[in-house]
Amino acid sequence: MDLAERRYRITRADLVRYAGASGDFNPIHWSDRIATGVGLPGVIAHGLFTMALVGRAVTEWVGHPAPIVDYTVRFARPIVVPDTDEGTELVINAVLKSVTEDGNAVLDLTATCEGEKVLAQARATVRQA
Amino acid sequence: MPLDPSYEGRTYPPTEPYRVGREKIREFTEAIGAEDQAYLDPEAALKLGYPDVVAPPTFAVLLTNSGIRQLLDDPDLGLDFSRVVHGDQRLQHDRPIHAGDVLTCRSTVEQIMSRGGHDFLTARTEVFDEDGERVVTGWSKIVVRGE
Repeated sequence: MDLAERRYRITRADLVRYAGASGDFNPIHWSDRIATGVGLPGVIAHGLFTMALVGRAVTEWVGHPAPIVDYTVRFARPIVVPDTDEGTELVINAVLKSVTEDGNAVLDLTATCEGEKVLAQARATVRQA
Repeated sequence: MPLDPSYEGRTYPPTEPYRVGREKIREFTEAIGAEDQAYLDPEAALKLGYPDVVAPPTFAVLLTNSGIRQLLDDPDLGLDFSRVVHGDQRLQHDRPIHAGDVLTCRSTVEQIMSRGGHDFLTARTEVFDEDGERVVTGWSKIVVRGE
């Protein structure tokens, strides 16, 4: 399994699209007024969107659409997404931690944005293609 | 006011059946920028042994979120949505979700604890198919920030 680093750009448009697809319309993910009103620096990405993008990286590494048996993350720090064309960038890496008795690979995952870790204790157990 | 630990073990009635559609999987796939054809093309999914297009791994949160919604709407628990932060999420799949699945969620308050002035609540949501077979289990830990 080639665990090459993945980089995905995140813009406001991506947050709006994810809100619609997931049904999570919490305004902190699209309204600066509401986000700053609750003490955030600005609009932030859905934690589950970050989890989804890291999950996408795992499927691309494994080369299978649905390889994940068990997947856990802790949302350590919100991703602030500025209202610019560039937005921000999520950087995803993994190391093979172990192989289970039934041959599944356990991947320790890291996701960073602007040099800061946004997930903690992120791990996926995957069936190897 | 801290959450009442006696609500540990509280269960919620099953949610209305949710029918997984091809176009909803396509919409979710496009939203996360994934490109695997097995999410989009039934023929490609069939070649991998699935009866219809398969869902990306975290599509399951569309289902498990309906379980969280039941907790947030429970007047007895009295969660203050404006102070709720999503702390942890775990998804354990018995099998992938695919188009055509008709899924129902059953949620339980698994744990309530207080630490450092904040409350931590873990909800477990089990997702079952029409045959009563479990498809996925989600654990969501939410943090209710102290006032």
